[in-house]
This record gives sequence, structure tokens and C-alpha cells, in this order.
Amino acid sequence: MFDYVWLIPLFPAIGFLINGFFGRRYDKKIVGWVACSALGLSFLTSILIFFEMIGRPPTQRVFEKVLFDWVVSGSFQTVIGYQIDPLSILMALVVSGVSFFIHIYSVGYMHDDPGYPRYFTYLNLFVFMMLNLILANNFLLMFVGWEGVGLCSYLLIGFWFEKDSAANAGKKAFVVNRVGDFGFILGMFLLFTSLGKHGIWTLDFTEVFANARLLDPGTVTAITILFFVGACGKSAQIPLYVWLPDAMEGPTPVSSLIHAATMVTAGVYMIARCNVLYSMAPISLAIVAIVGVATAIYTASIGFCQNDIKKVLAYSTISQLGYMFLGVGVGAYSAGIFHLMTHAFFKGLLFLGAGSVMHALSGELDMRKMGALRKKIPFTFWTFFIATLAIAGVPGLSGFFSKDEILWQAFSSSHGHFLLWLVAAVAAGMTAFYMFRALFMTFFGESRVDEHAAHHIHESPKIMTVPLMILAVLSVIGGYVGVPHVLGGANHVHEFLAPVLGGGAEPAKAHAGISLISQAWASGGESGGHAAALELFMMAVSVVIALIGIGIAYLFYVKNPALPKLLAEKQKGLYKLVFNKYYIDELYEILFVNSLKQLGVGLWRGFDDFVIDGTVNGIAYLFGWISSVMRRMQTGMVQNYAFSMIIGGVILVGYYIVRAIFY
Amino acid sequence: MVIPSVPPVLYLILSGILFTIGVIGALTRRNAIVVFMCIEMMLNAVNLTFITVSRFLQSMDGVLFAFFVMAVAAAEAAVGLAIFVMVYRSRETVNVDEINLLKW
Repeated sequence: MFDYVWLIPLFPAIGFLINGFFGRRYDKKIVGWVACSALGLSFLTSILIFFEMIGRPPTQRVFEKVLFDWVVSGSFQTVIGYQIDPLSILMALVVSGVSFFIHIYSVGYMHDDPGYPRYFTYLNLFVFMMLNLILANNFLLMFVGWEGVGLCSYLLIGFWFEKDSAANAGKKAFVVNRVGDFGFILGMFLLFTSLGKHGIWTLDFTEVFANARLLDPGTVTAITILFFVGACGKSAQIPLYVWLPDAMEGPTPVSSLIHAATMVTAGVYMIARCNVLYSMAPISLAIVAIVGVATAIYTASIGFCQNDIKKVLAYSTISQLGYMFLGVGVGAYSAGIFHLMTHAFFKGLLFLGAGSVMHALSGELDMRKMGALRKKIPFTFWTFFIATLAIAGVPGLSGFFSKDEILWQAFSSSHGHFLLWLVAAVAAGMTAFYMFRALFMTFFGESRVDEHAAHHIHESPKIMTVPLMILAVLSVIGGYVGVPHVLGGANHVHEFLAPVLGGGAEPAKAHAGISLISQAWASGGESGGHAAALELFMMAVSVVIALIGIGIAYLFYVKNPALPKLLAEKQKGLYKLVFNKYYIDELYEILFVNSLKQLGVGLWRGFDDFVIDGTVNGIAYLFGWISSVMRRMQTGMVQNYAFSMIIGGVILVGYYIVRAIFY
Repeated sequence: MVIPSVPPVLYLILSGILFTIGVIGALTRRNAIVVFMCIEMMLNAVNLTFITVSRFLQSMDGVLFAFFVMAVAAAEAAVGLAIFVMVYRSRETVNVDEINLLKW
């Protein structure tokens, strides 16, 4: 079955081609069938390969399938080839699975849209590219997928391109991603040339990682930082996160699939894939962790004041991505990937739920115009509620296990630090607060729905609610594949990924911070089980923080809805600052957009118009002027020509005469 | 009887004078036919040079060339005059300074 790995990306490619060429000619129903069955088959193939892999011993789980040569140039050879290992198959499962459910949901959601075939064409292309990114066995093919998903993201954000805001959002996403991609491609060049110095001209993952020890630490640090720049762009981390909130202009299932569940996690996947390189560069790891945790808390705070339900979810996504980067940044790659997986379930579900709410309210996005929808759209409410519990880290749901794993690793891993844990834990409480704020504002309290929209509030059709329920189930049970050892679990995910990601950083390596705290805490003098007891204690702390967040949200938005307004009045300046997203967009507008625009205009006027056009036109004018003078010689008078002939003759004869006389 | 021989240089001077007259005429006269006659005069001046040199060198080559020139001049006269007739028919003039369409 491993030999058929190429089928996984092939099915969406076929779906893309069929719908792309013929989609407009036939019925909508067939378009939906083609797109969904392509994804279904792809998902099925992933499952079959996954189960075959489970059956093999851990040492035989890595397999490369080379399809054909791609770039062959001297000693440099790159192939189109796919690599199957625990990491890639896990990602393939998540991507094809979540995509499959979101495709089905889209059939209902996009039903009345005139761009229906175009939508599914893009969506299939996206999945094809994403699977290429995940399954590639070399950096170059991965980069193709990387760029491809960026393209699809652009196309789908601007799906309703007749709206100016959507077209601009697409452009913004594309340009910001370009900045990141530039870092990625530079990293690739540097990796390629610096390995080439040792005679290894390759971009193949296996060969690169096997020879990584040849590189000196400075080079590895530079390479990994450049890769992280790419990850910042794709995964919306500080300072390149600004495109993701705007990306909500796209259709909601797209936000769910691309801008929450799959594409934006590509950066995390890439760092996990390059774990060999990152583990060699502690400085890069520290940067990844710090940027991750800063993004997590910073965007969580923006989430406090957003009134657009999709914007809240967007900032929440950025914040959760920050968690994943914190995880991989402290060397706990499997924890990052684990959170990536559970996040795909519950964040995908949250977006689909938001889409369902919009569907019920004729497209309303403003949470101030919602409320009391709990009874009216029960399926949406319950699934949304489960997802909110999961993301808030309520014990027993998937988000709890993955988030706690990251928090614990941030504290205990040899790359971790107490401050990282503290900030991340506070951000977790903030997450709980803003998510429950969204939940309460949407589904509880007084109804603030417009009268017009209130008339036809209705639950979404089955084709939309069934994917919601499936994802809700996954959001609940998804965490149980990674129950940590302290809670009596086996941490299957960690074990499963170990062949690719290594054991991760050893937990509880006695570095200064941890021993200090554990001593202070366990002053009783127990020596055994310090680490385990500490882990349990930390877990309890994070649960308490999450509950505090939920409690405050309950107090603010259910018990006493006047309170938030009061607080906003009191802290007017702060509220305004956060409400306007710290004016970062405006700052970028001034710093980068305008200055670059001015540079562009300057180059256009100064260089293009003046130097280039000046040179070209100047030469033309020069010859024009010379000709206009010279053409006067063509008088049309025969005798003038005859005269010049005579002159020529006289000069010739004169020359010979003079020569004859003087020589 | 002995015909007193004229030194060849005098023939050459005459030829030069004839040629110069032809050149000046061809450059200054307006009537195409007169211009044409001047050209004929230049050709004949050249012919005279050929004959003189031929006689001086006791060679028939120059005479041969003179015949060729005359034949070509005859053909040229026929074609040239035909052209003038046609030009006159369309433009009612054979003044060369009025026939100047082929210009900038």
C-alpha cells in the first residue's frame, strides 16, 4: 500500500482538472460529487496507509516513493517523490480528513453561489498543493506545495472579487506571504550551497538531515532563522500576521479549511520536519519559542475587543499557532504537531459553526447583533459549545491535552523557561475568556438580532450539520491519542512520531529554573516523583487559569452585560488601542506600504520614465533629428546629384594628381 | 604630300575643353534635351581622347572603345528621348528643375 502514496495527492488533482475544465457545463450536483469523492478517496488512501504503518515495527515506517526525475542538472538532481513516515501520514490524515468534511459542508454552504464550480476547483487544487507540501520528500517539491497553497489562499480569499475589500484582502495575503516565502527560498539556497561545499548537492530531506552535522552552527542558525521567516509568513506570526484577520473576507468554509485547520499550520509542520536542523540551533529555537508565545498572548488580547465573530476566530487562530510555535520552539516537536492536529479539529469546527450562524442570520457577522440563538439553532450551538470547551482547555477535551503538553514542555524542556510557561498560561486564560465571550454573545443573553433577519432564523441543512457533528466528536476524542503519562495515558502521538521527531527534548532535565521551583514547591522533602507531581500541579494551575477566564466571561456577558461597557468607558484609551488592533495595520501602512509605494513611484518617475524611457526615446529623437537635417540632400533635382558626382570625380582625380606631383 | 602632324597634346586639350563645356552645360541648363546634348558632348570628348591615345600608342584598343561608346550613346539617345517624350506628355514640360518628385 505504501507504493500507492502518490494516489493521495492525485485524487484532488483529478478533481481539480475535471471541475476546472468541465465544471461549468454540468449540474452543480455533479461538481459537488466530483470534488467530495476526490477528497473521500484521498482520505481513504491515507487511512489505509496509516493502518499499514501501524502494523509495521517503528523502524520500518519510513518509505520514499520516487515517481520521476524533475530537475537534473549535473550533480544536482531533484525528483518528484513522496515520503511516507509517521509525521507526513499524520498530517495527510488530518488534512485530507478535515478537508473532506469541509468539502461536504461547502456543498450546503455554497449552494446558491454562482461561482460554485470555481469554488470547488480552487478547493481541490488547494488540497492537492497542501498534500504535496506535506508528502514531499525534498525541499523543492515542498516549496512548490508551499507556493501553491499560497496561490489558492489568494484565489479563495478573493473569491468574491467583485467586493473591493475581498480583492484587497487577497492581495494583502499574497504580498505578506511573499515576504515570508522570500525568507524560505533564501534558506533553501543557503542550505543547498553550504551542503554543496561538502560535496553534497541535494535538497532531499533524508540526505540533508543525515549530513546536517557537516554544517557549522552559524550556518545552521542562519538557515533555520530564514526558514522561520517563511513560517512566520505562512503561519501568520509576528510580525507577518496581519494578513490572516483580513483573510476572513473569503467564504467561511475557506477560512475554516485554509486559514485555520490546514494551510496556516504549514509553518509548524515545516519546522517539525526540519527538527534535525532546529535542534542544532538553540538560538533559532529560542527565537521560534519567543515569537510564538509573544504572538499567542498579543493576538489573544486583540481577540478581547473584536465584535466580528470571524475576526475573533481569526485572532484566536493566530494565537493558537503561536502555541504550536512555542511547542516546536522548546524542542517539543511532537507536542506542536499534536496541538496542530487537535486545533485542526476544533478550530475547523468553530469556523464551520460560525458559518452556520451566518447562514441562519442571513450573513450577519457582528456578534452585537446576535444573542439567544441557543434554542433556535441547537445543533450549531452544541457543536460550537464543544469546540469552545476544547479550545479553552477544559479537561477531558482534545485542546486540554495538547495545550497542556505544550505548556508543560515550555516549562520543563531543556529549551524551556519559566517565563515562557507563565506567558503561555496567561494567554490560555485569555483564550478561554474571549472564546466564551464569543459563545455567550452569540448564543446566550438577550436576542439582539435585526427584526428582518429574526424572521427566518433556521437551522442549517443536514449536509452542514453532519460535518459539524463529526468534527465535534473529533474535538472531544482527538486528544485521547496523546494523553500524557502522568494521567495514566500512553502518549501515543509522541511515540508514533518519535522515529521522525526524535524523543524531543528530554523533559525535566535539571536546569536551574525547574529544580529551584520543584524544590521550593516540594519542600516537604519527597524526592521521588517530583517531576510528575510538578506536572500535575502545573496542569491544575492551567485548568484554574482557564476556568478563571471562563468565569470572567460569564460574569461579563451573561450575569451582568452592562459591565463590559462600563469597563470600556473607564479604560477608554486602552480599550480604543486594543479595539483598533494596536494600530498595527496603520503603522505598517505608514512604515512599509506607503514608503514602498513612494519608492515605487520614485523609481517609476525617476528611473523608468526618466532614465530608461529617456535613453530609448532620446536615441530615437537623435536619429530623427540627424535624418531631418540630412534628408535635405535629397532634393529631387537631377542636376544636384550630377553636381555631387562631379565633385566626387574632381576629388578623386585631384587626389591622383596631387599624389603624382608630390611623390 | 605630308600632312603636318598636330601634336597629341593639343587633341587632349581640345578634348578637355569640350568635356568641361559639356559638364557646365549639363549642370546649368534647364531643358532636358539640352542637358542631354551636353552629355553627348562629354561622351564625344571622351571618344576624342580615346582616338588620340590610340593613335599615339599605335594600338586599336582605343578605337574599339570609341565604337562601343558611340553604340551605347546611340542606344541611350533612343531611350532618353523616348523618356522625354513621355515626361512631356504627362507634365507638359521637360525642364529638369521642375521634375523633382523623387525627394524628401
